[in-house]
Amino acid sequence: MTLERVKAPTRLQNAPLYNWDELVQEDRVHRLIYTDPAVFEAEMTQIFGGTWVYLAHESQIPNPNDFITGKLGLRPLIITRDDEGKIRALYNRCTHRGTTLCRWDKGNSRSFQCPYHGWNFANTGKLRGVPWPDGYAEKLVRNDKYNLAQVPRVESYRGFIFGTLNMEAAPLTVHLGPIKRPLDEWLDRNPGGKVIVCEANRLKYKGNWKLAYDNSGDGYHVIFSHRSLIQTENRFADEATAKGMSYYQSTPDDLPMYIQYMGNGHHFKDKRPNLEKRPGGLWAIESLHPGMEHVQDKLRAKYGERAEEMLDLAGSEPVNINVFPNLSLLGNHIQVFQPVAFDETDTIWYGTKIEDVDGTLGDEVLTDINALRMRTQEGFPNFGEVDDVTNFEQIQRGLAAPEDEWIYMNRGYDIPGRIQILDDGTIKGPATDELFMREYIREWKRLMKADADIAIQREP
Amino acid sequence: MNTQAARNPSRYSYYVSNDFYLELIADFSDWQNDARIIEDTAERDLFRRLVEKEARILDRLLYEEWLSLYTPECAYWVPSTPEGGDPRSEIAVMFDDRRRLEDRVFRLRTGYAWSQAPSSRTSRIVSNVEVFSCDRDDQRMVRSNFSISEFWDGEIRVLAGWTGHRFRKDDGVWKISAKQVNLLNCDQCIRNPSIIL
Repeated sequence: MTLERVKAPTRLQNAPLYNWDELVQEDRVHRLIYTDPAVFEAEMTQIFGGTWVYLAHESQIPNPNDFITGKLGLRPLIITRDDEGKIRALYNRCTHRGTTLCRWDKGNSRSFQCPYHGWNFANTGKLRGVPWPDGYAEKLVRNDKYNLAQVPRVESYRGFIFGTLNMEAAPLTVHLGPIKRPLDEWLDRNPGGKVIVCEANRLKYKGNWKLAYDNSGDGYHVIFSHRSLIQTENRFADEATAKGMSYYQSTPDDLPMYIQYMGNGHHFKDKRPNLEKRPGGLWAIESLHPGMEHVQDKLRAKYGERAEEMLDLAGSEPVNINVFPNLSLLGNHIQVFQPVAFDETDTIWYGTKIEDVDGTLGDEVLTDINALRMRTQEGFPNFGEVDDVTNFEQIQRGLAAPEDEWIYMNRGYDIPGRIQILDDGTIKGPATDELFMREYIREWKRLMKADADIAIQREP
Repeated sequence: MNTQAARNPSRYSYYVSNDFYLELIADFSDWQNDARIIEDTAERDLFRRLVEKEARILDRLLYEEWLSLYTPECAYWVPSTPEGGDPRSEIAVMFDDRRRLEDRVFRLRTGYAWSQAPSSRTSRIVSNVEVFSCDRDDQRMVRSNFSISEFWDGEIRVLAGWTGHRFRKDDGVWKISAKQVNLLNCDQCIRNPSIIL
């Protein structure tokens, strides 16, 4: 179906707010990029309109006419799957007076009726009817401009739905580029190469959204910000193997784990090389969770060595796959950063479960492994992330001091031989390097300067 | 490993089995039933006082004493959906067995739990206590409403909802064998959810 493209009337004037080269330098950034509401407002179009943004996972709308509500930047959306399976990201905004049409988080509906004056829209965004149409000089349902606005480009990669308003953005798979490899590996470790989203740990902090993205590949904060977590995970002194992220405790830069910048703002922290390369190597460092000994002993007794790979399915995959600007796959979570205001952000840690795609696990093992997987996933948000977001809030507070202007991201900068540029253009360095911050903020700056071709569209 | 060690739920988690989950789900389904309500005022008063005592102990941050109110094989469950859901296939805001409850307390006691440095001050009001009988004589279900005023980081906020307590007799003493805390905003983003509810 060909869709009519409409230039967004609100297209940013791109009046330069600041000299971005002054605020974003090679090894430091100015506090204003976190504290100025005008910068935030510009980001909501330049970044959250100008590049591909994660919207939802296909498993959240598996059936025809399923929908969930979401956001693109601050734009309220209804992400729908129509009768034929096509996915759209509709603006949750009545074309009459601007009211949000849908106030539920999720559901199944062919249409949405505005609660204010009763305008009725199909889940394709098309206006189906208005009350007492005789009161209008024209037939509104015949005029495209009354159909709901929608994100003009919506594409999926292996279940992950992204959207952008930028008509000139590269196709999604090109845009993802090298980050697809770890994303593929993250999916392919599960049966059938797929995961199902299942509820979430949902946190809010009073700080700028970039503080979470700055943190997403940060190996330097681990043993300090998460000191209470690491002590808790390792509180049984008789445990032969150190648990969780204990490997960060002594000279983490000498370990085989690494940080890699993957282009277009994406980056990848790979801690897998620290593990023993064997089935059960991941499970061996999993911290202690409800039901783990029960399931472990039961599976080992019944399945012998095969139990180890089953248990690994419940283990927290030691990677951080960060897709700029708002998606982070870590452990088994799909974490989404949702900006609310310049100093307020929601971080939603969607859990994932697995399916017994090829029937090799059986119902009992599937139930046990998923139950264990739920419990492993609850661990970090409860015992780790709460300390991080507290620190993010305290950064925002510290940045209130106007004369002390700079924030540094120079760890690993300008040290000969420390960082490698690989043949595919990706950049690799030791685990605690801030190279990913320097690189992603360069992409941020490029987008903030860009005169992107921002558009919305409506059904014809 | 000897059986006695294996049965120490503060150290090893053997009791959280599929049967344990199924029983938990069953006990927390369709239990608020007028036909099962306990009219005896002395018994109602007994459980009301236990719920109030728990609130007092938590307000005073006496975590070790709080743990002693629970049976060894307990569950502490804060669902992420208003319906409670199936914890085997859904992430909960919190789902702790005995060991993880002790982890929670241990973390708060490390001195490095930045989300509780300094600790929140809380004032809990528990009310609307109703007691329900169960098929097992040694079990009661108790519903109560709560309103926790929490002072942290210069502000007071309110956490509100209702609690389902599953009490069981443990060596002749009523203890909490499961607590389901139903936050009104359990499916929304919550700032710093790090106190014990």
